[in-house]
Formats: sequence, C-alpha cells, structure tokens
Amino acid sequence: MAAAQIRIATLVVILAAWELVARSGLLYQDVVPSLFEIGSAFFQMFFDKETYWHFGVTAWEVGAGLAIGYLLGVAFGFVAGTRRFFGAAVAPYVDGIATAPKIVFLPIVMLLVGTGIASKLALGALSAFFPVAINTAAGVRQVNPVLVRVGRSLRLSRWQMATRIYLPALRPSLVTSLRLGFGLAVVGVLLAEIKLSSAGLGFLANEHYSHYRVADLYAVLLLIFIIAVGLNGLMGRFAERR
Amino acid sequence: MKPALAGVLGVVSLAIVIELAVQAGWVSSLVVARPSALPAAFMRLWSEGFVAGPVGITLAQAFTATGAAAALGIPWGYWLWRKPVLGEAYTPWIGAAFAAPTVLLFPLFLVLFGRGYATTVFVGFIAAVIPIVLKTREAFLGVPKVLLDVGRSFRLSGAALLRRVAFPAAVPGIFTGLRLGLIYALVNIIGMEFLIDFGGLGRIVSEMYFRFEIPGMYVAILLIVLVSWTFLAALSRLETWLRPR
Repeated sequence: MAAAQIRIATLVVILAAWELVARSGLLYQDVVPSLFEIGSAFFQMFFDKETYWHFGVTAWEVGAGLAIGYLLGVAFGFVAGTRRFFGAAVAPYVDGIATAPKIVFLPIVMLLVGTGIASKLALGALSAFFPVAINTAAGVRQVNPVLVRVGRSLRLSRWQMATRIYLPALRPSLVTSLRLGFGLAVVGVLLAEIKLSSAGLGFLANEHYSHYRVADLYAVLLLIFIIAVGLNGLMGRFAERR
Repeated sequence: MKPALAGVLGVVSLAIVIELAVQAGWVSSLVVARPSALPAAFMRLWSEGFVAGPVGITLAQAFTATGAAAALGIPWGYWLWRKPVLGEAYTPWIGAAFAAPTVLLFPLFLVLFGRGYATTVFVGFIAAVIPIVLKTREAFLGVPKVLLDVGRSFRLSGAALLRRVAFPAAVPGIFTGLRLGLIYALVNIIGMEFLIDFGGLGRIVSEMYFRFEIPGMYVAILLIVLVSWTFLAALSRLETWLRPR
C-alpha cells in the first residue's frame, strides 16, 4: 500500500471511530459531538456576521503584534549577531525569557496597557520577538564572511552593509523567522484572548466553552487550525522558492 | 571585561533605573514592582508555601507528561522507522502537528477531562510526544548502515540487532527528542496552570495578579523564567555530556 492510501485509510478509520464514540453514549452527552454537528456548526459560522468581526479582531492583533515583534526582533537579532560582545552578554537572558511561556507575562502586559485589544497585540509581539531575535542573530553569524569583507573593502556605510550585504544574504533566515514568529504570535494572542477578552476568535471559543456549546467550540478551533496551518504552509512554500 | 560580567552589570543597571523611575513616581508601583521590593516578596511567597511546593508540582507534572510521551513516542518513532511506508505516510502529519498551535485545543481537554491535573498533564503530553516521535525516527534513520550490516553479518536476530546495535546508536538522537519534549511539556504545563488557575507555578502568577500583589506577581514570573532557563541549560549540558566524542 502506498503512503497516500495509508493516509486516506487512517483518516477514514479515525473519523468512523469518532462518529461511533459520539453515537455510543459512552461519554457524557456532547463531549464528543457527532461529525455532522461539528460540520453544521462550522458552516453556520460563515453565515454569522459576528464571526467575521471576531476574526477581524484576532487578525488585527496577530498581524500588528507580529509586525511589531518581528521588526524589533530582526533589529535586535541583527545587532546581537553583528556585535559579538553584546550578543554574548545578552544571550543567557534572551534564552531564559525565550524558553519561558509568554502567556505568564499577560498580567504585566495588562497592567501596562490595560485589558483591551492592546494587551493581546502586545502579547503577540512579545511571543514573536524572541524566536525572531534568536533566529536572526544566528542567521547573521552564519553569513559568509567573504561577503562582509567585500562590503568593507568597498567602504560601504553601515546602512549600505545592512541593506546590500546582510539583507540579501539573510533572506532565507528572515522568512524562517517570520514563520516562527507567526506561529508563536497566533498562540500568544489566542491564549490571551481565551484568558481575558471581549472580542476575537479566542473570546468566541471561550464563550462557547462556558455555555457548553461543544460543537461550536470544535468549529471555532477547527477554523483557527485551518488558518494557522494553512498560512504556515504558504510561508513554507514561499521559503522554498529561491 | 567578559560578556557574562557585562550582562550582569547590564541587568543591575536596568534594575537601578527601574527602581529610580518607580521611586520618582514616573512609573506607578502598581504597574511595575520596585526591584528592591522583590527579595521581601520572595520571602513572603516562600513562607506562604508558594515556591517549593508549586515548583515540585509543576516539575512532577512535566516529568509525568514526558514519561508517558516517551513510553508511547519512542516505540512509535521506532515503528515509523521499521516500516518505511508508515513513516512516509505519517511523518508529514506529525510534522504538521509540530508546527500547529496544539495548545489552543485546551478548552476541548477541559470539556473532556475537567479542570484538573488530567488536563494540564495531557497538554504537556501532547507537546512532548510530537518531538519525541520525530526525533526517535530521525535517530534511527541516522544509524550508519555499516553498523546494521555488521550486526546482520553476525546473524543477530531482529530483537538483538535492535538491542545491541540500532538502539545504542540512536540513543543520542532519542535524547534530543526527550530534551525537547521535556522543555515543551514544562512550558506548556506552566502556561496551562496560569490559564486555568490550577496546579503549580503558573497558578501562583494568576493568584498574585488577582490579589493585586504586584511584587509577588513579578517574583512568580521571574521564578518561571529561572526554572525554564535552568531546565534548558541543565538538559543541554546533559546532552553534550551524553554525546559520544
């Protein structure tokens, strides 16, 4: 059997098992809703104007948060990569904060900018910043030294070095950074929305959860996953194209 | 001057600047805790049992989740290597799951398991099992063919070939998976504890915030950064030490 057939067979078995469990009555009612209920909840979402509003809020928080975190992360990573001493001095602190779960910084962020949209945006930026900074710094250190020496021998200014030598050489690393940053910004924003918010897809998921509308909850999470995985895949395609 | 010393000096200067800014009233102490207030806050947290116990609870969950993930993930990864067609079929899915925001599924786990350790540990398990499966398969794929051929030329049985040749050669790679798994489990469990106000370290942050004990909240967050970083550093050391030179 070829890989593709195995995948289709597995999918069919999983979906059938799911439906069987849903109809068996073994679990509490609605904990595992039938696939048809989830499917109908999923399609109904698209006819509800509110979905688009919540999607817009989340998209803005992720987009703006990612943009801020990405730009700051690239700038910081660039400095940390080119200035070896500075890079070595900050590395343990950056690594330490980068490892910790960003969501626990939410209370600080909320004290600083309030509990509104700005706090989700800031958490998205914070989540994106660290992987982007670390990845950019590593990318800068791996730039072919010959290119850097060519730039120096041509007496390029610092700005010209950044835009003419490093930027083209860093392209693959910058795209990877964007993917990493995007993935973590999505998680940061949505977790913050689920914890405390009044708009966004995370808020919507939390609303369904607290009213025990399980099929709707599955539908929202499915939508989030489709968007996140889809965009990640698109960026992967873009990264492979040279 | 060494970079490490410069780093410490940088942090100390930053703390002094924050201290002065708060004391001068430029920044409210209800938003940013005075660095000088942190030691006292730490002692208070310690005496109220908000340090050692929660750290223990969180670590115990992380190890439980990773243990379960290893028990399932290592055989699973091995199997994906033994049956290449299955590896080809499933590895892209597992890779996609690695990039997907699986932690966002936690409201579903709350519905399934309730607000308790089952949910936090399960979130850690999911986070850990994916890298363990992927790295185990990679580790076995990386075993030099020569070693396996030597084993076969000694007419080792399948089980002996695995036990004497393939597995020992794959150990460093498998350990990379375990290291990643443990760190992901720890981080996700702490985040989950914060989100559902339950369990160890993460819950303390949430609790301090609701009590509006700002220095205590900062101490709890710093403690989380410290624990995550110590874990990362210790495991990286262990990994370098384990690798054959």
